[in-house]
Amino acid sequence: MLKRILATVLVLAVVVIGGFAVYAWHGELAPMNASERPDFDAATIEKGRVLAAAGYCATCHTAEGGEPYAGNYPVVSDFGTIYASNITPDPDTGIGAWSPQAFRRALHEGVDREGRHLFPALPYDHFTKLSDQDVDALYAYLMSEVKPVKQKTRDNTLPFPLNLRFLQAGWKLLFVDFGRYQPDPDKSDAWNRGAYLAEGISHCGACHTPRNALGAEKGGQRYQGAVIDTWTAPALTSRNPSAMRWTAADLTQYLKDGADAYHGVAAGPMGPVVHAGIAELPDQDLHALGVYFADITRDGDSAPLPDPDYSSVQASIEAGKPDPAWRLDNGERLYTSACAACHYNDRADNLQPTRPDLGINSATRLDDPANLIHVILDGIPAQAGNQGVVMPAFRSALSDQQIAAIAAYLRATRTDLPAWPDLPARVGELRAHVGTH
Amino acid sequence: MIECTINGETVRLDADPDMPLLWALRDLAGLSGTKFGCGIGLCGACTVHVGGRATRSCITPLKDVAGADITTIEGLDADGAHPLQQAWRELQVPQCGYCQSGQIMQAAALLKDIPAPTDEDIDAVMTGNLCRCMTYPRIRGAIRDAAAAIKEASANG
Repeated sequence: MLKRILATVLVLAVVVIGGFAVYAWHGELAPMNASERPDFDAATIEKGRVLAAAGYCATCHTAEGGEPYAGNYPVVSDFGTIYASNITPDPDTGIGAWSPQAFRRALHEGVDREGRHLFPALPYDHFTKLSDQDVDALYAYLMSEVKPVKQKTRDNTLPFPLNLRFLQAGWKLLFVDFGRYQPDPDKSDAWNRGAYLAEGISHCGACHTPRNALGAEKGGQRYQGAVIDTWTAPALTSRNPSAMRWTAADLTQYLKDGADAYHGVAAGPMGPVVHAGIAELPDQDLHALGVYFADITRDGDSAPLPDPDYSSVQASIEAGKPDPAWRLDNGERLYTSACAACHYNDRADNLQPTRPDLGINSATRLDDPANLIHVILDGIPAQAGNQGVVMPAFRSALSDQQIAAIAAYLRATRTDLPAWPDLPARVGELRAHVGTH
Repeated sequence: MIECTINGETVRLDADPDMPLLWALRDLAGLSGTKFGCGIGLCGACTVHVGGRATRSCITPLKDVAGADITTIEGLDADGAHPLQQAWRELQVPQCGYCQSGQIMQAAALLKDIPAPTDEDIDAVMTGNLCRCMTYPRIRGAIRDAAAAIKEASANG
């Protein structure tokens, strides 16, 4: 009995391991010399250049200060650091020996020319959706326009057993839905084009969709936002926190210029996404991305959009306007520094004529603030007022705004009289006035 | 020509009537105990007494003090022994010292008007005198001590 159970377990184990091995195993594809490569026409190469930009290939395949596409940019993950490969056409350290078939297999299946599984730092879970023609265009561009650079790719720092490449087959089995993009017949051409770009070459979900413990995008939480290198890649669904609804036109504008008046600018990891990449796409593709994401942000709600509601914008603008209290607060600070040393009194029965209380002073209570302003501007000489005592002249010490602030503060806090209108202008007039007194 | 009294002596100053009093005190009268700080009457370093009132000399034009009686830190007490100066030494108030003549002149005017100031009174009157070294707690303490000393002296007198 025990023997039979053991035998059954053994057979099952062999079948499972064997099956996995068959699934996981990929053969080497024959190397191809540069001279054997097909000829590429200029339009294909240009298409490849635009696609490479829209996929930001150079952003991850170029080390800081390094040669373009020569690799060794560190992709830091929770599991360890993976250095991006050299994808220049150098035959020894780059992909110069790869055939178009090998390149297609890498992007569609995540397997390199030698048959080794690639780590999903290369978003082949997205690139699998690319059409053969587009992958070939990328190949044409890389092989034609990129300078070959001899630079070995650094070893990754993944710990055992995560560094075992064949185990990546298990990750693929669990998390990757292989296959080219299938258009949704219920949606417009623009929507499908946007979806093709977003889900494929531009791999937007790689940053905007949260990942599970094994680093795979969570299928049930598509575009619900994630943290990338301490920056938040915001949710692109109805969970997006923008005060103003993203319209297709806003999204298109943002992806084209890296900024949109009603939402903000592309900064942090999103900076190169726009400026080293997606902005290269032709206008109709940017429009398509706008159409697609406008739909995503509405969670698929297709009812006509109401007119934009600018109330939150207006509220924000209002909140940013200088608080009327600012002048009073500023006036209080100035009064405390410039005036209180002489004009402060401790008790009503201890008022000094040489320490005038400004709340009961006529200058503060007149309909015209001129008297108060004159005295602040030019002081009071020893020959006037309290004989032998002076008030200094603040003409060259305080600006019109500052004198106005002091006057407004006194009027508001020491009297119950209406505020003086246009105080700064009045100070300016009196400052310019050449009087005889 | 402007005539006034500085520390009890009548002086005649041949200067531009718009010259700030501080300039005249330091450069013409040679009294350098009064300091130049901000130059706009907002730090208190230049405080002197005009007619017994604490006055920012940097923004007071010379013409305004014609005939007035001016006292600088040099003239506050012949022996440098005003109760405030004694308290200042006792509590070792100054650090760099730059603002201290202005502080003492302002405090002396305060104690004349409000002989027993509360901390609130001290703060209200002294806020216009800045101290870069943040000696404010000791300034306040010395003013309280000086107020007590003056009161005791007058009771004994």
